[in-house]
Amino acid sequence: MPDIKFGTSLPTDSEKKAVDETIESHGPVTLEITERLVYAGRQRTQERRHLLLPALHALQHTSGWISPGGLDYVCRVLEIPPAEAYGVATFYHLFSSQPPSGDQILHVCNDIACSLNGANDLIDALKKEGHETKPSPCLGQCERGPAVFVQRIASQDTVVFDADLKHIGKFLTENSEKESIKLPQAGSDSLRLLTRVGVLDPNSLEDYQSHGGYEALKKALEMGDEQIIEEVSKSGLRGRGGAAFPTGVKWKAVADEKGRAHHLVCNADESEPGTFKDRVLMENDPFALIESMTIAGLAIGAEKGWIYIRGEYPIARQRLTAAIGKTRKSGLLGDNILGSGRKFDIEIRSGAGAYICGEETALFNSIEGFRGEPRNKPPFPTTNGLFNEPTAVNNVETLANIPRIILNGGETFAAEGTDQSSGTRLFCLSGRVALPGLYEFEFGATLGEILDAAGGFSGPGTLKAILLGGAAGSFVTPESIDLPLTFEDTREAGVALGSGVIMAFSDEDELTKTVLRIAEFFRDESCGQCVPCRVGTVRQEELLIRIADKNPVEADISLFDDLASVMSDASICGLGHTAASAIRSALNLGLLETQ
Amino acid sequence: MFGAGGGTSSYKEIEETDAIVLWGSNARTAHPIFFHHLLKGLSNGARMWAVDPRRTDSAKFADVWLGINVGSDIALANGVAHEIIDAGLENKEFIANATTGFEDFAAHVEPWTLKRTSETTGVPVEAIRDLAHGYANAEKAQIMWTLGITEHHTAVDNVLALCNLSLLTGHVGRWGSGLVPLRGQNNVQGGGDMGALPNKLAGFQDLADEEIRVKFETAWGSEIPPEPGWHLTDMFNAMGRGELRALYVIGENPADSEADVNHAREALEGLDILVVQDVFMTRTAEMADVVLPAALGWAESDGTVTNSERRVQRTRAAIKPPGDARQEIEIISDLARHLGDNSWGQPTAEDLWEELRTVSPMHAGMSWERIENEGGIQWPCPDENHPGSPFLHDRLWKQPAEGRLAPFSCVDDRPPVESLDDNYPLRLTTGRALDSYNTGVQTGKYNSPIRTGEALEVSTADAEKLGISTGERVIVSSRRGSVEMTVEIDPNLPLGLAFTTFHFPELVDVNQLTNSAYDLKSGTAEFKAAAIRVEKMIDA
Amino acid sequence: MSEPAKNPSETLVEITLNDKKISAPEGSTILDACKQANIDTPTLCWAENLTPVNVCRVCVVEVEGSRALVPSCSRPIEEGMVISTDSERVNTSRRMVLELLASSVELDRADKEIRGWITSYGSNPDRMGNSSEIKTSKQPVKIQDDLYVRDYERCILCYKCVEACGDDAQHTFAIATAGRGFEARISTEFDAELPDSACVYCGNCIGVCPTGALVFKTEHDMREENSWDPDNQKVTETICGFCGVGCNLELHTQDEKIVKVTSPSDHSVTEGHLCIKGRFGWQHAHPEN
Repeated sequence: MPDIKFGTSLPTDSEKKAVDETIESHGPVTLEITERLVYAGRQRTQERRHLLLPALHALQHTSGWISPGGLDYVCRVLEIPPAEAYGVATFYHLFSSQPPSGDQILHVCNDIACSLNGANDLIDALKKEGHETKPSPCLGQCERGPAVFVQRIASQDTVVFDADLKHIGKFLTENSEKESIKLPQAGSDSLRLLTRVGVLDPNSLEDYQSHGGYEALKKALEMGDEQIIEEVSKSGLRGRGGAAFPTGVKWKAVADEKGRAHHLVCNADESEPGTFKDRVLMENDPFALIESMTIAGLAIGAEKGWIYIRGEYPIARQRLTAAIGKTRKSGLLGDNILGSGRKFDIEIRSGAGAYICGEETALFNSIEGFRGEPRNKPPFPTTNGLFNEPTAVNNVETLANIPRIILNGGETFAAEGTDQSSGTRLFCLSGRVALPGLYEFEFGATLGEILDAAGGFSGPGTLKAILLGGAAGSFVTPESIDLPLTFEDTREAGVALGSGVIMAFSDEDELTKTVLRIAEFFRDESCGQCVPCRVGTVRQEELLIRIADKNPVEADISLFDDLASVMSDASICGLGHTAASAIRSALNLGLLETQ
Repeated sequence: MFGAGGGTSSYKEIEETDAIVLWGSNARTAHPIFFHHLLKGLSNGARMWAVDPRRTDSAKFADVWLGINVGSDIALANGVAHEIIDAGLENKEFIANATTGFEDFAAHVEPWTLKRTSETTGVPVEAIRDLAHGYANAEKAQIMWTLGITEHHTAVDNVLALCNLSLLTGHVGRWGSGLVPLRGQNNVQGGGDMGALPNKLAGFQDLADEEIRVKFETAWGSEIPPEPGWHLTDMFNAMGRGELRALYVIGENPADSEADVNHAREALEGLDILVVQDVFMTRTAEMADVVLPAALGWAESDGTVTNSERRVQRTRAAIKPPGDARQEIEIISDLARHLGDNSWGQPTAEDLWEELRTVSPMHAGMSWERIENEGGIQWPCPDENHPGSPFLHDRLWKQPAEGRLAPFSCVDDRPPVESLDDNYPLRLTTGRALDSYNTGVQTGKYNSPIRTGEALEVSTADAEKLGISTGERVIVSSRRGSVEMTVEIDPNLPLGLAFTTFHFPELVDVNQLTNSAYDLKSGTAEFKAAAIRVEKMIDA
Repeated sequence: MSEPAKNPSETLVEITLNDKKISAPEGSTILDACKQANIDTPTLCWAENLTPVNVCRVCVVEVEGSRALVPSCSRPIEEGMVISTDSERVNTSRRMVLELLASSVELDRADKEIRGWITSYGSNPDRMGNSSEIKTSKQPVKIQDDLYVRDYERCILCYKCVEACGDDAQHTFAIATAGRGFEARISTEFDAELPDSACVYCGNCIGVCPTGALVFKTEHDMREENSWDPDNQKVTETICGFCGVGCNLELHTQDEKIVKVTSPSDHSVTEGHLCIKGRFGWQHAHPEN
C-alpha cells in the first residue's frame, strides 16, 4: 500500500535479520529490477500479508517487544500500512508494545482451575521476587497447575507447571524440562486416541511407525479420496472442538468446490478454560496429527495444511515442527507423498495470546495477517475460508480419529458410542477430583462414571458443582451425575459438552470468584468488534461485581437477562453467544447465593 | 480522440477493466477521486502498469513501473506497438473493420525493436514486452494520461502514439476499454465544449467549416472570422512581436504559470492594456490596468462545468460574492453593452445554456432540468430522449464500422527540445502536490497539515554527486533563469532527474526555469523537460 | 452507447417479511428488502458507500431457522426466507445495543436519527450504573491540526472511518482498529499524531462518521462557542473548483459562510468521497478567516 508513511525509528540489526529470515521464502513486496523497473502491486502485497504474524513473533522474540523501528521495518518489506500492523500487534496479548524490563515475562495462569491451586499466591510470590509477571487466562495445564508460560527473549519459550510455592526459583529452572503426563487410564485397553501417549518417543518417526503409524496413510492412498470421505461419513464422526458438526459432511462440501485451491486447517488454538486434551495429543503423539492431516488433505483436495497452535504451547509446537521436518524428509509430506504423486504439506502458525482465534473465521484472519476478528457467517468456511478459499477446519482431537476410521472402516468406528455420538471422547478433568488428568471414554459414559474414574470428588467440603464444557459451557450440580455425556443427552439437558471440560468445585470454593473470573475472561478475550460483546461483557462483569456480596434484586436480574439476551442473540460469534451461559447457569442454580 | 474532443470512457469503467496503463499521470496526487475508481479496478483484479520518469505515488500502486526517459514516450509506444505486431497480438478483425493506415503504421514501427526501444527509453526490455503482452492480451484495457503526455513539444504526437496502441488492440469503443485524458482543471473540458479553442466553435465544431460558421453567424447575428485565432503560446509570441497590444485575462495567472515566466512577464509588461478578471489579486492582476473582481465560479455562481468523462454538471451559488465582486456573466454582458451592443441584456446561466443547445448538437438533448435531475449528463446527447454517452466510439465495432474510420498515425520519436549538456546536466520535470493547485491562488488560503512547501527533489545518487543533502538551500539554474530552492532527496527518483511542484511562486519562482518551447499543434509548452544545473550556496 | 446492464437481476426472490409475502431482486440484502417495504431499520455501521462490516448489530432481525439474530445489512435474502423485524427478541437486542453504546459513549452530537432510535426503542442507559463508576470511553479530545478534530469519547467503533480511509475508498490506511475488547480503539500507528501519520486529510472519515467523533475543526470550534446551528444551515450542491474530475460538493452554509463540505454518496463521480482540496480547499471563499 503505497501511501505508507514511516516513522523515524530504525530496526536493530537483530530485528532486521529476524524479519528477513521470516520472509526469506517470499522476499519483499517491492522488487527493484533496475533503477527504471520496479515490480510491486497488489498481488505481491497480498501474497505476503500472511507473513505479518510470523514477523511480529520474530520481533517479539528478538527484542521482547514490538518496537516502532522493528514494526516499521516489517511494514516496509511487506508493504503493510503501519497503522494496520500496529492494530494487529496490539490485538494479541503476547505481543508487547512496551520495552521489556528483563529477559523473560512470566505469564501465570490464574484462571478458574489454576486459581483453585493457589495461582494468585504464586503471582504475588513471583512479583515479590522481582519477576516480570502477568496474570494469564487458562494455559491449558489445568491437570497440573498452577502453571507459568515463560516467554523469553532470544531463547526458547517454555511452560512450567505443578508450581511449588515454596521453591519458586528452583521451580522456574528445574521444572521446565520435567515430563509430566497425567493419564490415569494409561495402559487400559479401552483407550483409542491415547494408546501411544506416554508410550512412544514423540521425537521418533520410527517409533511412531513401529506403533502402527502411517499404515492408515498407505491405506488411504489406495482407497482414493472419495472413499476416504465415504468412510468418514459412515463413521458418524462429529467435530470435537465444540460445534459437533459432522466431519464427513464438511469434507465433502470442501471437496465438491471444484476449480479453486482448498485448505485444511487444524485448529490447535486450544484455549477454552479447563481444556488441555489437544496439548496432550500434540506433545506426545505429534506424528499422529500429521498423518491424520495428510489423509484429510488428500480427501478434500488440499495441497496445503495449516496448524494454528496457540502461542502458549511451545513444547507442542517444537515437537510438531520437528515431526513435520522428519516426515518431509521421509517423503510422507511434500510434493510426492509415498511416491503417489500427491502433494500435501503443512505449515505451522503460532497464535499470540487470543482466545478468539480459536473461532474458525477469526483464526483465518489471524493466519492471513489481520486482526483476529471473526467474520460474519454465512458465507461458511467450506466455500469462503482461509484466503477466501474452500477450507475444512478440524480440531486436533477430531483429526486424531481419522487413522482409526481408515484402518478399521467407518462402520466399526460407528459401532462404538451411541447412535448420534460415535466413537470415544476425551475429557479434561480438573478441579476437585482425586486424579486430575486426561481421560478417554466411549460416548455414553455418565458424568458420575467419569468422575469416579478420576477418583471422585477430592478436597475440603463436599461436591457442589461441576463446570461442563469450559467457560463457554455451564455449571451443573451433583444431581446431574447420571447424565450421559453424549452430544444428544447434553443438548437435551441444555448443557454443553463443548471441549470436554469437567471441572469440579467444592462447597468451600468461592464460586462467586470463579464466576467473576469467567466474566473477566470474556471481558478480556472479547475481540471488541461487535457492540453486544464488547460492551456487554464489560457490563456483565460490572453487574456481577456489584451483586457479588449481596443477593441480586429484580432489577439486577432483569439487566443480566437483557445483557445475556443481546450477547447471545446479536453477537457476531460464539464468544459473545456463550459469554453469559456459565454465569447464567450459576445464577439459575443458585450457586452464588450468599448464605 | 478520433474526431471527438474528449476522453472515451466513464470513470466507472476503470473499475471493471482488466489492464490499466497510467502513462504520464500522477492521478493519485493530481486526480485523487478518479484514482479511487482506479483503485476499485485494482481491487477487482486489474493489473496496472505505470509509465513515468518518476516512481510517483500513483506508480507505487502499479504492478510494474516503467521508468521512462523524459520525453521518450513516442519511442516507447512505438516499441510496444512493434512488439504487439511482432508477437501477432494485434486485433486483426478490429483493425480491418475500423481503422485505416495499418500497413504504413506497421512499417513505421518496424525499426522499434525491443532493444532499440529500451536504449531510447531507458526501460528494460522485459518490461516493454510485459506491457505489450499484458495490454494486448487483456480483454478490456484502458490507457489514461495527463500532462506527462501533453506538456511536451510533441504533445499531440504523444497522444496519437497512445491512440495507435488502442487501435492496434481494439481497446476502444467498448465498456471497460478506452483512452482517458484526465483534465487538469475543473472546466478545461467545458472550455473546449464551449468553443474556447482557436479553431473550434462550441461543441467542437470546426471553424473552418463554412456551413457551421453560417449556423453560428445566423444564431448570433454577427460575422465570425474564418481564420483560427491564437492559442495561448501564440498570444505571448504575438505580444513579444508587438502584434498583440491588449489582453483580457479571465481566471488565469500567466504571470506565474507560464513556462519561462520571465519572458512572459516582459510580454505582459509591454501591453498597451491589460484587463484581468479574477477572484484574487494575482500577480497578473497586480500588473493590470483594469481589474474586474469576479464571483467564485464553484461557490458563488450558477453555471455548468464539464468533467473528464464528458459529464456536464451544475455549479450553484451557495454564498454571495464579497464586496464589489460580480457574476462573470454580468461582467461580460455589461462589457458588451459598453462596447456598444445592447442586445445582450442580462442573461442568466440557464439562458446561455439554452442558447448553446440550439447550436451544439452534442449538447442538444441536455435540458437544464435534466442536468439538474440526472446528476449531470455525458455528451454527446443529441436529443432529450437520449441518455447521454458513457463511452464513445462503439461505432467502430459496428459491422461495418460507422462514420470515419480511425486512422493510425505514424509519429516519430523527438527528444525534448532542450538537451542536457555539461552546463545543464540535470533534467527538471514538474508536477502537482496533493493539497495544492496550480499557482496556489486558492489553495494557499487554507492551512494544510501535509504541505511541505516547494523543494527540489533529486535522486540519492545525484545528491551524493553534488554533495548536497535534504534541507540544504541550493541555486537552481536553467538557460532562462535562476532560483534558490531547498533540496529534498527522493530515493524514488532515478539518476539525472529532478522534480519540483509549482504551487508557491511567491516563494520559489519555478517557472523561471521551465522551457517555453512548445508543440506547434497544441501550443502547449514543454513544462516537463527543462535542463538545469544545481549549485551549492556559497557561504557569505 | 449506453453502459451495459450491470446485471440488475431480473430474478425476484420471494420472502416473508413480518408475515407479509414480498418479492425483492435477487442479491438484495434483508435491509434492502426492509427499505422496499418501508420498514424503518436502525443502522449505525452501515453506509450506502461502504462494504457492510456488520459490527454494530443494531439492524439485526430474526430469520426462521437461524439460532442467533441476523444482521440485515449484510445478509442476502434467500427464497422462502421468513423474517421478522419486530419480534421481542429483535426489539430487545436493538434496545440493548443502543443502551450499551449510550452507556459508554457520548451521543449528544450523534445523527438525529440515532438519538431518535435510543428513545423509540426505550433504551435506558442509566441502569448500567453511574457513569463515574462504570467503564466509558471518556477521554480528551484530539486536536492536532487546523482541519480535523477527533473526539473519541464519541466513537462507537463502527469502523466506517477505517473503511473509508482503507479499501472502501481512500486506500491510505492511516487509521486502523488497535487494541482489543473494550480497549479497542481507532488509532494511528503507536498513536502517532495525525500530521505525523500517513493521513492525507481527505476527510472521508469525517464524511462517514455518524456520531460527531470526527468533525471539521470549523464545526468543532463553532460548537464550542455555541454558534453551530444546523437548523439555520442550508446545503447547496455544486462542483469542486479544482482538478478536472468534477467532484460533487455539498456546501453546508450558515450565515453566508461555508461551514463544512460533504459529497453525495449516491453520485457516480465521488460516491461520497473527496480529497483534501475538495473537502477543505474552500477556505479561499472566506479569505479573512
